[in-house]
Amino acid sequence: MSGSRSSAFLIFVGPALTAIGMFLFVPVIAAFLLSFTDFDIYALGDFSVARVVGLGNYGRLLEDPLFWQAVKNTLYFLLVGGPLSIVVSLGMAVLLHSRLVRLKGLFRFVYFAPVVTTLVAVAVVWRFIYHPRFGLLNYLLSLVGLTPIDWLGDPDWAMPALILLAVWKNFGYNMIIFIAGLQNIPQSLYEAASIDGAGPWQRFRTITLPMLAPTTIFITIITMIGYFQLFAEPYVMTQGGPLNRTLSIVLLMYQEGFRWWNMGYSAAVAFVLFVFILLGTLLQTLLRRRALR
Amino acid sequence: MLLLGPRCGRIWLIPVLLAALLGPSCSRPHGERVVIRFWALGAEGDNVRSLIPEFERRYPDIRVDLQAIPWTAAHEKLLTSYAGKSMPDVFQLGNTWIPEFQVLDAIEDLRPWVATSTVVHEESYFPGIWNVNIIDSALLGIPWYVDTRVLFYRTDLLAQEGYTRPPGSWQEWLEVSRRIRARAEQEGREAYAMLLPTNEWAPLVILGLQNGSGLLKERDTRGDFSGDAFREAFGYYTRFFHEGLAPVGVTQVTNVYQGLAEGFFAMYITGPWNIGEFRRRLPPQMQDRWMTAPLPSPDGAQQGVSLAGGSSLAMARSCEQKDEVWKLIEYLSEPSVQLAFYQITGDLPARVEAWEDSVLRGNVHVRAFYEQLGHVASVPQVPQWEQIAMKVQQYAEVTSQGTTPIGEILAQLDLDVDVILEKRRWLLNER
Repeated sequence: MSGSRSSAFLIFVGPALTAIGMFLFVPVIAAFLLSFTDFDIYALGDFSVARVVGLGNYGRLLEDPLFWQAVKNTLYFLLVGGPLSIVVSLGMAVLLHSRLVRLKGLFRFVYFAPVVTTLVAVAVVWRFIYHPRFGLLNYLLSLVGLTPIDWLGDPDWAMPALILLAVWKNFGYNMIIFIAGLQNIPQSLYEAASIDGAGPWQRFRTITLPMLAPTTIFITIITMIGYFQLFAEPYVMTQGGPLNRTLSIVLLMYQEGFRWWNMGYSAAVAFVLFVFILLGTLLQTLLRRRALR
Repeated sequence: MLLLGPRCGRIWLIPVLLAALLGPSCSRPHGERVVIRFWALGAEGDNVRSLIPEFERRYPDIRVDLQAIPWTAAHEKLLTSYAGKSMPDVFQLGNTWIPEFQVLDAIEDLRPWVATSTVVHEESYFPGIWNVNIIDSALLGIPWYVDTRVLFYRTDLLAQEGYTRPPGSWQEWLEVSRRIRARAEQEGREAYAMLLPTNEWAPLVILGLQNGSGLLKERDTRGDFSGDAFREAFGYYTRFFHEGLAPVGVTQVTNVYQGLAEGFFAMYITGPWNIGEFRRRLPPQMQDRWMTAPLPSPDGAQQGVSLAGGSSLAMARSCEQKDEVWKLIEYLSEPSVQLAFYQITGDLPARVEAWEDSVLRGNVHVRAFYEQLGHVASVPQVPQWEQIAMKVQQYAEVTSQGTTPIGEILAQLDLDVDVILEKRRWLLNER
């Protein structure tokens, strides 16, 4: 390895490394160190009053009922919304891949449009849909004789309402990836199966699903990571209410950090979330290995 | 959730290009005029806009760059602007937020300006409200509008029980509540006397203040909720739930206007914004059947206190055009401007002179607020107050539903509050 080659390497990689270092590694390390201090509003005014508290923030966090409420809410969102989102996007992908459907381009656009729309604009529309008195959804319920529901104001309904919104907003993205996966399945497999007398359901179960396994695993991990970081939906729609029933881990982190300015505590929340996501991803990787064997 | 695909790659160019096109023309459209940046919150932010042209007409060399910030994001935005060294020159500051900005040393002491002012004098303000703006003898804001809580009640339902005037003491208050409840039970209706929503900390805190509790002790470094004064007030508060005088779990009462009109409850402690709401939302035949009254007191001998609320105008320490900013504060404090502001927003004027106008004198529902504003008390002036208030609210909710002994609950509340105040204790005692 000559010296000129390694310097050429540095010239090419250097700018990217500097940017990543400054805007990713430095903040992450700073936040990690911050999580061992009690950096708060007093420290914001005068840095010298920040104290090192060791694992104090983490200890307090594990005893904080609000944190566990946030964990519960986030898991609810993840375990109900995640699978729902994957099933819907797979179903839509299979439909759009079918030869029977006309205007595929149009449908793909329609289903993908919510993904690229900003959530704040979407929230305005969905607030109207969920409005307890004048909302579209309650109007539809009244047509079939059901009593109106205060979707965003009722502690039991607020989270399902957010799940519905999130699934509607995000399934298009996964759908496109599924369509790409479907296009990679050789047509000859389906033809062979048809000759052997397999029906549509059998073809789906024995060809489509197994061939899509790598795609599905990728989507599951990406969806899990994204859904663990639930923030924008409750922030825009409910602010974590009613009765903290839509308070997510990231929203708690935001409130502790920017509302109360307990930066040390807030950084601890961030790292606990990081551990959760890491464990979730490891678990899925393990399951995949076992499935492949 | 952020999903940035490669296709979004060039979208960032649009705002950059727009900024490049508009930038030079935006930053200096008015030649030599001094620009002062003013942040106002919520409805005040939307409505104060119509008062600005008159100010700019009087001072042609000043331009006011007004930004309306929604209340839900205001606190974060103000603190973040401090951290990012981009504070507005002058801003609306909720009274309970003053201690935080005092700790940060972010706002200017306005006493030197008041000393030479011909418009702003301490005597023109309600003393209780003025004093909320003073911490360590520095005057950190000029009251802009005031806010407190009074009793809203159904005159006919109270008269039915022999009360032609509102209850004056805690004992009378409890007595009339019991009678209203007893009548409802007799008639087999589900109806209550009071509405005490457990997602509001104000009523409970007011009862504590009325009974002489300071809420915190030892220079506001520890909770004093187990102290006798607060314990007694808390006991009184819980009786409303345990005797069935107030509905439990009132997040279900989503429409208080309908509730009051239907007689689901007869009394409610709330603020001035509800005068307009009650007029608009109660049916016409209800309009002469509700009234406002100053709050009862523990013994009924003197007037009971309520919260000193509202917003002030504060000047950022970082501001570079303090003289111009002071002119704006003075302008917004003029009695006639205060009155105009009341007429657009319904916010009660901070200036006592403005109350002498017929617009306010002729309003029967506002009178109780004027009387109450002479008897207001402040919550402890510590930066952690809002966090403490959340805890108080949380424990009030537990009490309204459960049967845990009061002493135990308050001891637990004190423990929680002591944790929140740990840093303050350390700063005051050990440094």
